[in-house]
Amino acid sequence: MNDERERPSARGDWPMQPRGGALLLSRYAQSLFWLARYMERVENLARVLDVTDTFVRHGADQSGWESVVRINADDANFFERHREANAETVPQFYLLDRENPNSIASSLFAARENARTLRPLISTEMWAQINVFYNKVRVLTEVDTQPSRLSGLCNFLRESCQAHAGITDGTFFRDQGWAFYRIGKFIERGDQTSRLVDIKYHTLLPNVADVGGPMDISQWHALLRAASGYHAFRRVYSSEMTPALVAGFLMLNHSFPRSIVLCVRQVETYLQQLSSGYGLRGAHKALEKLDELRAALADQPIELILHRGLHEFLDWVQMQFMAVHEAVAGAFWAPPREAAQSQIQSQ
Amino acid sequence: MLAHPGLLDGYDKGPFFCELMDCAAHDPAVALIAQRLAKIEPAELARRSAIAEAELYNQGITFTVYSDKDAIDRILPFDLIPRVLAAREWAVLERGVKQRVAALNAFIGDVYHGQKILKDGVVPAALVLGNSNYRPEMVGLDVPHGTYVHVCGVDLVRDETGGFLVLEDNARTPSGVSYVLENRNMMRRIFPDLMDGIRVRPVGSYGVRLQRALAEIAPANVADPQVVLLSPGIYNSAYFEHIFLAREMGVPLVEGRDLVVEDGRVWMRTTAGLAPVHSIYRRLNDDFLDPDVFRPDSTLGVRGLLDVWRRGRVAIANAVGTGIADDKAIYAYMPRIIRYYLNEEPVLQNVLTHICGETEGLKYTLDNLEKLVVKPVGESGGYGLIIGPHASRSELAEFRTQLLADPANYISQPMISLSVSPTLAGHRLAPRHVDLRHFAITGRDTWVLPGGLTRVALREGSLVVNSSQGGGSKDTWVLE
Repeated sequence: MNDERERPSARGDWPMQPRGGALLLSRYAQSLFWLARYMERVENLARVLDVTDTFVRHGADQSGWESVVRINADDANFFERHREANAETVPQFYLLDRENPNSIASSLFAARENARTLRPLISTEMWAQINVFYNKVRVLTEVDTQPSRLSGLCNFLRESCQAHAGITDGTFFRDQGWAFYRIGKFIERGDQTSRLVDIKYHTLLPNVADVGGPMDISQWHALLRAASGYHAFRRVYSSEMTPALVAGFLMLNHSFPRSIVLCVRQVETYLQQLSSGYGLRGAHKALEKLDELRAALADQPIELILHRGLHEFLDWVQMQFMAVHEAVAGAFWAPPREAAQSQIQSQ
Repeated sequence: MLAHPGLLDGYDKGPFFCELMDCAAHDPAVALIAQRLAKIEPAELARRSAIAEAELYNQGITFTVYSDKDAIDRILPFDLIPRVLAAREWAVLERGVKQRVAALNAFIGDVYHGQKILKDGVVPAALVLGNSNYRPEMVGLDVPHGTYVHVCGVDLVRDETGGFLVLEDNARTPSGVSYVLENRNMMRRIFPDLMDGIRVRPVGSYGVRLQRALAEIAPANVADPQVVLLSPGIYNSAYFEHIFLAREMGVPLVEGRDLVVEDGRVWMRTTAGLAPVHSIYRRLNDDFLDPDVFRPDSTLGVRGLLDVWRRGRVAIANAVGTGIADDKAIYAYMPRIIRYYLNEEPVLQNVLTHICGETEGLKYTLDNLEKLVVKPVGESGGYGLIIGPHASRSELAEFRTQLLADPANYISQPMISLSVSPTLAGHRLAPRHVDLRHFAITGRDTWVLPGGLTRVALREGSLVVNSSQGGGSKDTWVLE
């Protein structure tokens, strides 16, 4: 019966001030950030494997499997274990191999252990879904990653990650923990998109002279599909498909949910929420780092980026994401000595 | 006539007291539950049991076994047939548990202050002061409300006459309460028809009660105390319970590395810097609590914590040094301890206990080894004990040597014919032995969780209910 009276004051509480119940342990913030990163990584890797499978199968790009290894900068680790990157070795390495820290099995294990740490905070549904998901992946064998089953498996992995995202969206309490989760998710997604564009652009354009030249556009379809961006791209550019347009779309489009620009904007939103909504001054340094990234993406059209060197630019983007990550980590789950410098006064 | 064999057809409780059949004779509500069970098709029960097991597993109501590269979850087996306690039985149990907790707290307070009970010769001083759990650091320290044992687990069994007997007290960090609440949740989902219309005392307020008790013991000048649960972390086998309790209490689950002592206070590391902590429910043994005072190699505890506690600037539950009270040798003296402090007769009886550290007790034990259960005083989890009537001649001979080498480490008790409860075994119900662990929370006053944890020995004929040795659990209903 007090609902009406309570509402205005509840609204007035925003932005929230830290108080008893709103405090978040540093360790939880760290785990939320990593949980989001790992789940996003699993989804992106499943997308890349799926599209590579389609790609190579249609004979479009025989070096497709090797490019997956390069996207992830795993050359050394991979070729220590396999002589050749092909339709058997690469899926095994990225789906099953627990010795590979970047594999889906390893990422999912790490995601689940972070979720286990977070169980006091996350909903039972979130935990149950990750738990069941992990247990299904845990028992996969080489039979399941065979070429005939690979696409179905990637589909299952992607949908399971999406189920995680949906359950999280629907059940996670919107305190500052949510901001840390979202920051981790979008740093990872932005980083993954930058790697995808980087490697595919150069795989598909072995010769710089070919930029803008005639080419097999099916490869660009596949690149867009890996990012679930094909139909959106068509709606924006219905009459043409050039490498520059595709790269520009994946990097700079403001509405495409996996574009680097959109990821940067999301990270910014949640860092600002930490800073002004929760009064956490630790977010300032990360915001400064992010500002450089935002400006670089806003100021240059894709033609200029290509002209100046796409690879160098994307390398820099990845380093900036890493710098933002480090700034967040340094501010919020810093080693004890630094953390001790800003104390909440006791009563 | 039923078209299929009923669940209870051919059920033979044997020479034991049956928690269902024998109680049904005196209580119409229990009789109704027995009737409902009798009508259930065995295949249907097995189906529901499988669903319950899958849910426990998927929801992570589990303990985790870690290997090099993996983490495998295991569940505590859950039996769907509840253990039912009539209202009048519960009234006695509740009174008895409260009495026991009061005596335990009085005893610990006395040991760490005047030691009157030792001076009066009621309890041998050597037994207490020579105990490895005796903490000289506690001498002279006053604790809020005189409460040392904030969470107490009292284990009971029922003999063949239907009488309850206390088997042991757990005054350090008793575990298992999460299963009590989760078992109830599970029963509501899987077996709502069995409980339909029957008024069962709720168990859901445990977390609120615990939180309240922890707030009651916080330093007096703090208006809105910050309570935390201190866990050893995800590798601890009871980690699920720690999560569960932190959630039910609505407080952060912290590890030692989240806490720090500075300026004579305890703080936790948050995203906004250090925030004060006032009351700690610790699920960590004394040894690991503070490397300055106890094990210097402990990385699970908090350096300097004990000093802050001794200055009254943080509360710790359970208090340090309570292990002197739940020792199996001290147990033998509990009836005398109750009379000494409370001037009352014990409401709940002990199992007759012989102390092998005493000449008479050792002689009796050696003379009757084949009839007795002999337990090491320091062990828990059902390890290291021998059940005379079930042991082979060579096992007895070997144990005799062990006993003679260190008699003070053992007590002996007559073998109790533990009561049985109908339990799903394949596609029928069979009698399996059960015990009962009560949970009592004490801040200013004592509250006892209605029911408690019924543990069941799932192997036919087995008397060992511990989860580490093939035990499972059941929902425990206290009727209103």
